[in-house]
Amino acid sequence: MKVSDFFQGVKNVEIGGPKIAFSFDVFGVKINVTETIIISWAIVLGLTLLVLFLTHDMKKKPVKKRQVIAEFLVETVDNLVKNTMGEKFKAFGPYIAALFASSIFGSLVSLIGLRSVTADFSTTLTWALMSFVMIETAKIRTDGIGGYLKSFINPLNIISEVSTPVSMSFRHFGNVAGGMIITSLIYFALTGLSTAIGLAVPVFCIGIPAVLSLYFDLFSGFMQAFIFIMLTMIYIESACSKE
Amino acid sequence: MEKALVLAASAIGAGLAMIAGIGPGIGQGFAVGKACEAIGRQPESSGAVTRTMFIGCAVAESTGIYAFVVALILMFINPFLGKL
Repeated sequence: MKVSDFFQGVKNVEIGGPKIAFSFDVFGVKINVTETIIISWAIVLGLTLLVLFLTHDMKKKPVKKRQVIAEFLVETVDNLVKNTMGEKFKAFGPYIAALFASSIFGSLVSLIGLRSVTADFSTTLTWALMSFVMIETAKIRTDGIGGYLKSFINPLNIISEVSTPVSMSFRHFGNVAGGMIITSLIYFALTGLSTAIGLAVPVFCIGIPAVLSLYFDLFSGFMQAFIFIMLTMIYIESACSKE
Repeated sequence: MEKALVLAASAIGAGLAMIAGIGPGIGQGFAVGKACEAIGRQPESSGAVTRTMFIGCAVAESTGIYAFVVALILMFINPFLGKL
Protein backbone atom coordinates (compact mmCIF):
# COMPACT_ATOMS: atom_id res chain seq x y z
CA MET A 1 0.00 0.00 0.00
CA LYS A 2 1.32 3.41 -1.00
CA VAL A 3 -0.02 6.70 0.33
CA SER A 4 -1.50 7.60 -3.05
CA ASP A 5 -3.56 4.41 -2.96
CA PHE A 6 -5.66 5.86 -0.17
CA PHE A 7 -6.90 8.62 -2.49
CA GLN A 8 -7.05 6.87 -5.84
CA GLY A 9 -7.66 3.29 -4.82
CA VAL A 10 -5.85 0.22 -6.06
CA LYS A 11 -6.42 -0.07 -9.80
CA ASN A 12 -4.44 -3.21 -10.58
CA VAL A 13 -3.17 -6.12 -8.54
CA GLU A 14 0.57 -6.69 -8.64
CA ILE A 15 1.79 -9.70 -6.77
CA GLY A 16 5.41 -10.72 -6.79
CA GLY A 17 8.49 -11.05 -4.70
CA PRO A 18 10.18 -8.22 -2.81
CA LYS A 19 11.59 -5.42 -4.96
CA ILE A 20 15.34 -5.22 -5.52
CA ALA A 21 16.73 -1.96 -4.19
CA PHE A 22 20.21 -2.31 -5.69
CA SER A 23 22.67 -5.04 -6.53
CA PHE A 24 26.44 -5.38 -6.57
CA ASP A 25 29.02 -7.91 -7.70
CA VAL A 26 31.30 -9.84 -5.39
CA PHE A 27 33.89 -11.80 -7.41
CA GLY A 28 31.45 -12.26 -10.27
CA VAL A 29 28.56 -13.34 -8.04
CA LYS A 30 25.61 -10.99 -8.27
CA ILE A 31 24.16 -10.11 -4.87
CA ASN A 32 20.75 -8.48 -4.77
CA VAL A 33 19.86 -6.23 -1.85
CA THR A 34 16.09 -6.52 -1.61
CA GLU A 35 13.43 -4.67 0.35
CA THR A 36 13.40 -7.55 2.82
CA ILE A 37 17.07 -7.13 3.72
CA ILE A 38 16.77 -3.37 4.27
CA ILE A 39 13.61 -3.68 6.39
CA SER A 40 15.14 -6.57 8.38
CA TRP A 41 18.19 -4.46 9.23
CA ALA A 42 15.89 -1.60 10.21
CA ILE A 43 13.99 -3.97 12.53
CA VAL A 44 17.24 -5.30 14.03
CA LEU A 45 18.43 -1.75 14.61
CA GLY A 46 15.10 -0.70 16.10
CA LEU A 47 14.93 -3.69 18.43
CA THR A 48 18.53 -3.14 19.57
CA LEU A 49 17.85 0.50 20.34
CA LEU A 50 14.62 -0.41 22.14
CA VAL A 51 16.38 -2.99 24.31
CA LEU A 52 19.26 -0.61 25.04
CA PHE A 53 16.74 2.05 26.05
CA LEU A 54 14.76 -0.32 28.28
CA THR A 55 17.79 -1.70 30.10
CA HIS A 56 19.70 1.56 30.40
CA ASP A 57 20.56 2.77 33.89
CA MET A 58 19.07 -0.10 35.89
CA LYS A 59 18.76 0.01 39.68
CA LYS A 60 18.45 -2.85 42.13
CA LYS A 61 15.05 -1.52 43.09
CA PRO A 62 13.25 -0.27 39.97
CA VAL A 63 12.50 3.44 40.11
CA LYS A 64 11.78 3.94 36.41
CA LYS A 65 8.87 2.57 34.40
CA ARG A 66 11.08 1.20 31.63
CA GLN A 67 12.93 -1.12 33.98
CA VAL A 68 9.61 -2.56 35.15
CA ILE A 69 8.63 -3.16 31.52
CA ALA A 70 11.98 -4.83 30.78
CA GLU A 71 11.68 -7.06 33.86
CA PHE A 72 8.12 -7.99 32.93
CA LEU A 73 9.19 -9.01 29.40
CA VAL A 74 12.12 -11.11 30.61
CA GLU A 75 9.99 -12.78 33.27
CA THR A 76 7.21 -13.61 30.80
CA VAL A 77 9.63 -15.28 28.38
CA ASP A 78 11.41 -17.13 31.20
CA ASN A 79 8.12 -18.46 32.56
CA LEU A 80 6.98 -19.56 29.10
CA VAL A 81 10.24 -21.42 28.48
CA LYS A 82 10.15 -22.98 31.95
CA ASN A 83 6.53 -24.13 31.60
CA THR A 84 7.06 -25.59 28.13
CA MET A 85 10.55 -27.06 28.32
CA GLY A 86 11.31 -27.42 32.01
CA GLU A 87 13.67 -25.76 34.47
CA LYS A 88 16.97 -26.96 32.97
CA PHE A 89 16.36 -25.38 29.55
CA LYS A 90 16.24 -21.83 30.92
CA ALA A 91 19.24 -20.89 28.77
CA PHE A 92 17.06 -21.00 25.65
CA GLY A 93 15.11 -17.95 26.86
CA PRO A 94 17.10 -15.26 24.97
CA TYR A 95 17.01 -17.19 21.68
CA ILE A 96 13.24 -17.71 21.96
CA ALA A 97 12.67 -14.06 22.86
CA ALA A 98 14.80 -12.84 19.93
CA LEU A 99 13.01 -15.16 17.51
CA PHE A 100 9.60 -14.07 18.78
CA ALA A 101 10.43 -10.37 18.67
CA SER A 102 11.86 -10.43 15.16
CA SER A 103 9.01 -12.59 13.91
CA ILE A 104 6.25 -10.44 15.34
CA PHE A 105 7.84 -7.13 14.31
CA GLY A 106 8.63 -8.60 10.90
CA SER A 107 4.96 -9.44 10.40
CA LEU A 108 3.51 -6.29 11.93
CA VAL A 109 5.75 -3.95 9.92
CA SER A 110 3.04 -4.22 7.25
CA LEU A 111 0.82 -2.07 9.49
CA ILE A 112 2.93 0.99 8.68
CA GLY A 113 2.83 0.31 4.96
CA LEU A 114 6.07 -1.59 4.45
CA ARG A 115 6.32 -5.08 3.04
CA SER A 116 6.23 -7.80 5.69
CA VAL A 117 9.67 -9.34 6.19
CA THR A 118 8.09 -12.72 6.84
CA ALA A 119 6.25 -12.60 3.49
CA ASP A 120 9.63 -13.52 1.96
CA PHE A 121 10.42 -17.20 2.03
CA SER A 122 14.16 -16.56 2.61
CA THR A 123 13.47 -15.04 6.03
CA THR A 124 11.33 -17.84 7.39
CA LEU A 125 13.60 -20.50 5.87
CA THR A 126 16.57 -18.91 7.67
CA TRP A 127 14.80 -19.02 11.02
CA ALA A 128 13.61 -22.58 10.44
CA LEU A 129 17.16 -23.69 9.55
CA MET A 130 18.48 -22.01 12.72
CA SER A 131 15.96 -23.93 14.80
CA PHE A 132 16.74 -27.10 12.83
CA VAL A 133 20.46 -26.83 13.66
CA MET A 134 19.60 -26.38 17.34
CA ILE A 135 17.29 -29.41 17.31
CA GLU A 136 19.91 -31.63 15.64
CA THR A 137 22.60 -30.39 18.04
CA ALA A 138 20.38 -31.29 20.96
CA LYS A 139 19.84 -34.75 19.48
CA ILE A 140 23.57 -35.36 18.94
CA ARG A 141 24.34 -34.14 22.44
CA THR A 142 21.79 -36.55 23.96
CA ASP A 143 22.42 -39.68 21.91
CA GLY A 144 26.07 -39.23 20.90
CA ILE A 145 27.14 -39.26 17.25
CA GLY A 146 26.80 -43.04 16.98
CA GLY A 147 23.30 -43.10 18.39
CA TYR A 148 22.32 -40.15 16.21
CA LEU A 149 23.52 -41.88 13.03
CA LYS A 150 21.89 -45.12 14.15
CA SER A 151 18.47 -43.45 14.04
CA PHE A 152 18.85 -43.10 10.26
CA ILE A 153 18.91 -46.86 9.67
CA ASN A 154 15.23 -46.45 8.93
CA PRO A 155 15.28 -44.16 5.85
CA LEU A 156 11.85 -42.76 6.67
CA ASN A 157 13.48 -40.91 9.56
CA ILE A 158 15.49 -38.82 7.09
CA ILE A 159 12.26 -37.60 5.49
CA SER A 160 10.75 -36.76 8.85
CA GLU A 161 13.90 -34.84 9.86
CA VAL A 162 14.04 -32.85 6.61
CA SER A 163 10.33 -32.06 6.70
CA THR A 164 10.68 -30.23 10.03
CA PRO A 165 12.27 -26.99 8.71
CA VAL A 166 10.28 -27.17 5.47
CA SER A 167 6.92 -27.33 7.22
CA MET A 168 7.87 -24.71 9.83
CA SER A 169 9.04 -22.20 7.23
CA PHE A 170 6.18 -22.81 4.78
CA ARG A 171 3.57 -22.44 7.51
CA HIS A 172 4.86 -19.04 8.60
CA PHE A 173 5.49 -17.80 5.06
CA GLY A 174 2.17 -19.04 3.72
CA ASN A 175 0.12 -17.43 6.45
CA VAL A 176 1.73 -14.00 6.18
CA ALA A 177 2.02 -13.95 2.37
CA GLY A 178 -1.54 -15.21 2.01
CA GLY A 179 -2.80 -12.46 4.32
CA MET A 180 -0.87 -9.86 2.32
CA ILE A 181 -2.31 -11.05 -1.00
CA ILE A 182 -5.87 -11.26 0.35
CA THR A 183 -5.58 -7.71 1.73
CA SER A 184 -4.46 -6.35 -1.65
CA LEU A 185 -7.27 -8.26 -3.39
CA ILE A 186 -9.79 -6.73 -0.96
CA TYR A 187 -8.50 -3.23 -1.74
CA PHE A 188 -8.76 -4.00 -5.45
CA ALA A 189 -12.32 -5.31 -5.12
CA LEU A 190 -13.51 -2.37 -2.98
CA THR A 191 -11.98 0.13 -5.42
CA GLY A 192 -13.79 -1.61 -8.24
CA LEU A 193 -17.05 -1.41 -6.29
CA SER A 194 -16.59 2.33 -5.69
CA THR A 195 -15.80 2.95 -9.36
CA ALA A 196 -18.81 0.92 -10.47
CA ILE A 197 -21.12 3.13 -8.40
CA GLY A 198 -19.47 6.21 -9.91
CA LEU A 199 -17.44 7.61 -7.03
CA ALA A 200 -14.02 9.11 -7.77
CA VAL A 201 -12.76 8.58 -4.22
CA PRO A 202 -12.95 4.94 -3.06
CA VAL A 203 -15.07 5.43 0.05
CA PHE A 204 -15.45 1.68 0.62
CA CYS A 205 -11.69 1.42 1.22
CA ILE A 206 -12.13 3.35 4.46
CA GLY A 207 -12.68 1.15 7.46
CA ILE A 208 -13.76 -2.13 5.87
CA PRO A 209 -10.23 -3.43 5.15
CA ALA A 210 -9.17 -2.48 8.67
CA VAL A 211 -11.51 -5.07 10.19
CA LEU A 212 -10.13 -7.81 7.96
CA SER A 213 -6.59 -6.59 8.55
CA LEU A 214 -7.19 -7.18 12.25
CA TYR A 215 -7.39 -10.90 11.53
CA PHE A 216 -4.96 -11.26 8.63
CA ASP A 217 -2.17 -9.02 9.96
CA LEU A 218 -2.48 -8.74 13.74
CA PHE A 219 -3.95 -12.08 14.79
CA SER A 220 -2.25 -14.16 12.13
CA GLY A 221 1.13 -12.53 12.64
CA PHE A 222 0.99 -12.95 16.41
CA MET A 223 -0.29 -16.52 16.16
CA GLN A 224 2.39 -17.62 13.70
CA ALA A 225 5.18 -16.06 15.78
CA PHE A 226 3.85 -17.86 18.86
CA ILE A 227 3.50 -21.18 17.04
CA PHE A 228 6.99 -20.89 15.59
CA ILE A 229 8.60 -20.50 19.02
CA MET A 230 6.32 -23.14 20.58
CA LEU A 231 7.28 -25.70 17.92
CA THR A 232 10.97 -24.84 18.32
CA MET A 233 10.75 -25.36 22.08
CA ILE A 234 8.75 -28.58 21.81
CA TYR A 235 11.11 -30.08 19.21
CA ILE A 236 14.23 -29.21 21.22
CA GLU A 237 12.69 -30.50 24.43
CA SER A 238 11.62 -33.81 22.88
CA ALA A 239 15.07 -34.18 21.26
CA CYS A 240 16.73 -33.83 24.68
CA SER A 241 14.54 -36.30 26.56
CA LYS A 242 15.56 -39.93 26.37
CA GLU A 243 12.86 -42.54 26.20
CA MET B 1 -4.28 -19.64 -28.11
CA GLU B 2 -1.63 -21.61 -26.29
CA LYS B 3 -1.38 -18.86 -23.69
CA ALA B 4 -5.13 -18.93 -23.09
CA LEU B 5 -5.00 -22.70 -22.67
CA VAL B 6 -2.19 -22.48 -20.10
CA LEU B 7 -3.97 -19.72 -18.18
CA ALA B 8 -7.22 -21.67 -18.10
CA ALA B 9 -5.47 -24.83 -16.95
CA SER B 10 -3.64 -22.85 -14.23
CA ALA B 11 -6.95 -21.43 -12.97
CA ILE B 12 -8.53 -24.88 -12.90
CA GLY B 13 -5.45 -26.26 -11.14
CA ALA B 14 -5.66 -23.52 -8.50
CA GLY B 15 -9.28 -24.41 -7.89
CA LEU B 16 -8.46 -28.10 -7.61
CA ALA B 17 -5.59 -27.35 -5.22
CA MET B 18 -7.93 -25.57 -2.84
CA ILE B 19 -9.99 -28.75 -2.38
CA ALA B 20 -7.34 -29.45 0.26
CA GLY B 21 -9.11 -26.83 2.37
CA ILE B 22 -11.68 -29.47 3.34
CA GLY B 23 -9.19 -31.40 5.48
CA PRO B 24 -8.05 -28.65 7.84
CA GLY B 25 -11.64 -27.44 8.15
CA ILE B 26 -12.86 -30.79 9.43
CA GLY B 27 -9.77 -31.28 11.58
CA GLN B 28 -9.90 -27.88 13.22
CA GLY B 29 -13.62 -28.18 13.89
CA PHE B 30 -13.05 -31.52 15.54
CA ALA B 31 -10.17 -30.13 17.67
CA VAL B 32 -12.16 -27.10 18.81
CA GLY B 33 -15.15 -29.28 19.65
CA LYS B 34 -13.01 -31.54 21.81
CA ALA B 35 -11.40 -28.51 23.48
CA CYS B 36 -14.87 -27.14 24.34
CA GLU B 37 -15.77 -30.52 25.85
CA ALA B 38 -12.58 -30.49 27.91
CA ILE B 39 -13.20 -26.96 29.17
CA GLY B 40 -16.78 -27.91 30.03
CA ARG B 41 -15.50 -30.82 32.08
CA GLN B 42 -12.62 -28.96 33.74
CA PRO B 43 -13.20 -25.20 33.57
CA GLU B 44 -10.12 -24.49 35.73
CA SER B 45 -7.74 -25.81 33.06
CA SER B 46 -9.18 -23.64 30.27
CA GLY B 47 -5.93 -21.69 29.80
CA ALA B 48 -3.77 -24.71 29.07
CA VAL B 49 -6.47 -26.31 26.92
CA THR B 50 -6.91 -23.17 24.82
CA ARG B 51 -3.16 -22.80 24.29
CA THR B 52 -2.75 -26.43 23.25
CA MET B 53 -5.78 -26.15 20.98
CA PHE B 54 -4.37 -23.11 19.16
CA ILE B 55 -1.08 -24.87 18.53
CA GLY B 56 -2.86 -27.98 17.31
CA CYS B 57 -5.10 -25.91 15.06
CA ALA B 58 -2.11 -24.10 13.58
CA VAL B 59 -0.33 -27.37 12.88
CA ALA B 60 -3.46 -28.85 11.30
CA GLU B 61 -3.83 -25.71 9.22
CA SER B 62 -0.48 -26.15 7.52
CA THR B 63 -1.70 -28.56 4.82
CA GLY B 64 -4.37 -26.05 3.89
CA ILE B 65 -1.74 -23.35 3.72
CA TYR B 66 0.48 -25.41 1.42
CA ALA B 67 -2.51 -25.77 -0.92
CA PHE B 68 -3.18 -22.04 -0.64
CA VAL B 69 0.41 -21.18 -1.55
CA VAL B 70 0.25 -23.52 -4.56
CA ALA B 71 -3.04 -21.96 -5.68
CA LEU B 72 -1.68 -18.41 -5.31
CA ILE B 73 1.45 -19.27 -7.30
CA LEU B 74 -0.67 -20.82 -10.06
CA MET B 75 -2.97 -17.80 -10.23
CA PHE B 76 -0.59 -14.85 -9.89
CA ILE B 77 2.93 -15.96 -10.79
CA ASN B 78 1.87 -18.21 -13.73
CA PRO B 79 5.00 -20.39 -13.77
CA PHE B 80 3.89 -22.43 -16.80
CA LEU B 81 3.71 -19.46 -19.14
CA GLY B 82 7.49 -19.42 -19.25
CA LYS B 83 7.58 -23.03 -20.40
CA LEU B 84 5.77 -22.37 -23.71
